[in-house]
Parts: sequence; C-alpha cells; structure tokens
Amino acid sequence: MFKKVLIANRGEIALRVIRACRELGIATVAVHSTADANALHVRFADESVCIGPPPSKESYLNIPQLLSAAEITRADAIHPGYGFLSENSEFAKVCRDCKIHFIGPRPEMISLMGNKVRARNAAREAGLPLLPGSIGTVKDPKEAEAFAREIGFPVILKAAAGGGGKGMKIVREPHALAQAFATAAAEAVASFGNGDLYIERYVEKPRHIEIQVVADEHGRIIHLGERECSVQRRHQKLIEESPSPALTPELRQQMGEVSIRAMEKLGYNNVGTIEYLLDENGRFYFMEMNTRIQVEHPVTELVTGIDLVREQIKLSSGEPLQRKQEDIQMRGHAIECRVNAEDPVTFAPWPGKITAYSVPGGYGVRVDSSAYENYTVLPYYDSLLAKLIVYAEDRPTAIRRMQRALGEYVVQGIRTNIPFHRAAMAEDAFVEGNYDTRFVERLLASETGTHRLKKAIEETP
Amino acid sequence: MAAAAPAAAAPAAEKPGHSVTSPFVGTFYRTPAPDQPAFVEVGSVVKKGQVLCIIEAMKLMNEIEADVVGRVAEILVENGQPVEFGQALFRIEPV
Repeated sequence: MFKKVLIANRGEIALRVIRACRELGIATVAVHSTADANALHVRFADESVCIGPPPSKESYLNIPQLLSAAEITRADAIHPGYGFLSENSEFAKVCRDCKIHFIGPRPEMISLMGNKVRARNAAREAGLPLLPGSIGTVKDPKEAEAFAREIGFPVILKAAAGGGGKGMKIVREPHALAQAFATAAAEAVASFGNGDLYIERYVEKPRHIEIQVVADEHGRIIHLGERECSVQRRHQKLIEESPSPALTPELRQQMGEVSIRAMEKLGYNNVGTIEYLLDENGRFYFMEMNTRIQVEHPVTELVTGIDLVREQIKLSSGEPLQRKQEDIQMRGHAIECRVNAEDPVTFAPWPGKITAYSVPGGYGVRVDSSAYENYTVLPYYDSLLAKLIVYAEDRPTAIRRMQRALGEYVVQGIRTNIPFHRAAMAEDAFVEGNYDTRFVERLLASETGTHRLKKAIEETP
Repeated sequence: MAAAAPAAAAPAAEKPGHSVTSPFVGTFYRTPAPDQPAFVEVGSVVKKGQVLCIIEAMKLMNEIEADVVGRVAEILVENGQPVEFGQALFRIEPV
C-alpha cells in the first residue's frame, strides 16, 4: 500500500480523496494555489504545498510544480481527482518516469480514450455498439453529406478532440450541412486547436446512461451497474441517479456484460466509466469512456455499498479485486444534485463570499463539499460548490428526501442552483422517470417549470 | 510548506524591506555547489540581477536573482530545505 498520497486537485474531490486515504492509514499531501491557502483540503491534509498563483494553468495544471511537490514531500503516489490532469496521459507518463505511482489506468489507456476517434475505433473492435456514423474524421462538407445520406438525418457533427459541447452541431436538413460544418470546425479549432470532425446519427430523445467498471491490475473486472445522467445543461450534468428508471434488469445485465467484455479485451485497469447513449427503443450506443473517478461516483457507492475511492486506491496499489460480479447487488435508490455557485435561471457563475451556510442532514443524506461559512467561491475554478446526495429504499422516497434536503440547505451571500433542483424534483417528467437529455431545456421553456423555478427562488433561504 | 495547517506562504512582511519569494516548488540551496561558499550572507549588499540562491526543481538548478538593490537583512530558509511557491526566501532592506 502507498505511504503518502499527493492529491493533485482541489475542492470537494480533494477532500474526498483525503478522507479515503485517512481511513486507509495513508498520509496525505494537499497542493494549492495561493488563492486556495484557506481551503478545507489544505486544512485536512497532513501536509500542504503551495504550487503557484491562482490560474489553474500555473498551479493545478502545472506538471513540474506538482512533481516537485511530490518530490519534496516524498509522496509515493499521486491521485489526480477529476478534471485538471486526471485524463492527461502525458502527466500519467511523467509520473511513471519519475517513479511516482499515478492512481488511475495506464497512460496508454488514458491516451486511447482521450481521442474520440481512436476511442470509437477501439470500442468498435472491443465489441461495443456504436451509433451509425463515420469511422474516422470527415474531411469536408461534401464527405459529411455523403455519410449523412447513408446514415440518415438528423446527424450530429462532433469535434474529434472535443468535449463539453464545443464543436458540436446538429443538422436536420442536407442544405444546412455546409454552414454547420464550418461553424463546428471553427469552434473545434478555437477550443481544442484541432478542427477534425466526425459525424453520426442524432438521436432525438437520448438518455445518458453510464456503466461504472472496476478493474484490478491482474485482469479481474466487474461492473457496478449504471448511473442515469440525462439531466444536463449544455452537456454539463446537473442531476444523476442510480439505478436508472429507464433500465430493465435485462438491459442492465446486457449493458454490464458488454462493458466488461470490452474492458477485458482492452486490458483496462483501475476504475472507469463507459458512457452510453440510450435511445427510445432501448438500444444503446458507446459515446466515450472516462478513465478517472467521476463527479457522480457517490450514487453508485450508495446503491452498491462500495467505497469507490478507497477501492480505486487499493486496486492501484496492486491489491486484487475481492468481489466477484455475483457479489454486487444494487439496493435502494440514490440521487445526486450538483449544487453550483451560479444563477439558477441563467446559470451564470456566481463567485463570492458565503455569508451564511448550513447543510442538510438526517437519515439518508450525504453532502460532499468543501464549502463553509465565510468561504469565498473563487472565480478561477469550477463552480461546483457541493454534491447533495440522498439514498432511500425506493425512488419516490429518494425524490421526497431530496426535496426535503434541498429545503434545508442554506447558502447565503452568493447565488446557487438549489432553486433549479427544487423545481426539477417537482417536474412530472422527473417524478415519473420519463426524461431525456433535453429535460432542462424543456423545464426552462415551459410555463409550469419557470413558475416553479420562480417560486423556488422565493422560497429558498 | 505547512504541516496540517493553512499557514502557507505566511507573509514575512511585518518587518521593513522587500521579500524575495520562491517562484517554484523545490529545494533551496544557498551555495552554487556543496563545497562552495554561499552566494550571499546576512549583510551582503546586492545588485539587481545578482544571484541569491538556487532552487532545485525537477533536477534543474534555477538561479534566483535579486529583483531590487539593497542589503540582505534576513535569510528566511535554511540550506537544503524544501520551499513552496511564493514562500519568502530573503528580506532585503534599502541601503
């Protein structure tokens, strides 16, 4: 087992890793920018090192500084968290070269899954179903049109190097293709420095379902069921739940088995998530794979009873997987709301000082957060303030528990999206479990949705 | 470096003068090589651009230069100690 782990991250995930390490008896090193000197992860770690000024590029993304910090503190492993350098294969490689253990999959696996075209090809070869589309990139609008006619409209153009919705364009008619191609390519160049695009069929009512896989260093792989992540805004997840109301036990088993077989073929190690798009007819297609711990991992922890971060660290140190697939049982229902420091209507980030703060509690409520009273939400970083997670024996009870917990959450001095979550939890489509990735868009466009949101803003303390 | 406390990069600025801070995380050395004399001592008068110390980071020796003219009033880190970004290394008073 590792003796000392450096956490190359900040916020709630840094705290999450520190907590897991402490329970495992592993010493921890927090790193921080000058702006984060008073952050909780710095306070709760055994040691801390200031690694640079506030901009991420000069601190949390600064590989030489992070490795120097590991060197001077004699850390033998680095946990990258999510975001920042967690899916940077170069960082994982440099760690390996410096003989510091990178807690995550091999660099080759990260780089394979980091490029969407290569990842799709690998997924296809490993037997994962793909949406009909181009096998590689399409070089111009003409080639895109030929593909579109073959696979049928509507189609979506996506940046090969992309993510987060940048460089994505939906095209419903042939005549709109040339313009959309130019815009998507320009966005891709601006965001990723690479204008390569690929094309695939566009599903009108897609659900985003992901399968959590857990693999050890000895070829053993299991899955921990699915997470439903269809409540998104501009491809940013807002609410996640497990199990998904859209999956039958048969479909769950099928998705799990297909995922495990693919991971075995790829030789995947450590924790990972395979994201699928599920269509109205129960067909699922590989979208991408995330080679890190995910923000929404707690919902899986609550329904399976497995501490995923603890497991990740143990497996990374070489411990064999103790559980077999038949040992895994999903019980009850978990929902997570991402509480962001942002305007609940416009979703504009809202940094500032929290003047009053009180977290919900009670039976079945978990809050993963690095916020506290008088904490200042900084403008330099992600707006995620807290993850509010509830667990209950069934979905209706979980929804009521979430409504109750949201009503208890007090955050003053800044704006948060708590009112949005209150409105979402009351929305028929959510309550009935009948929603897709356009849920947020519909809520904000409907009269009842906007009325509920307005009311929730008035009622939120 | 702070042990379990958010006391990082404590400002050494109650005293008069100018602080020279570390631009990197690394190890602080007062001499160009183990058997050589220190770049500066307390009392040394330094020119702008004069080397004050070395910070070793990623096996590279980075020379840290004075950014003001003055007299070294205090050396705040011991030879061979790890330093973090922004940590005060020297206090320099005007001559």
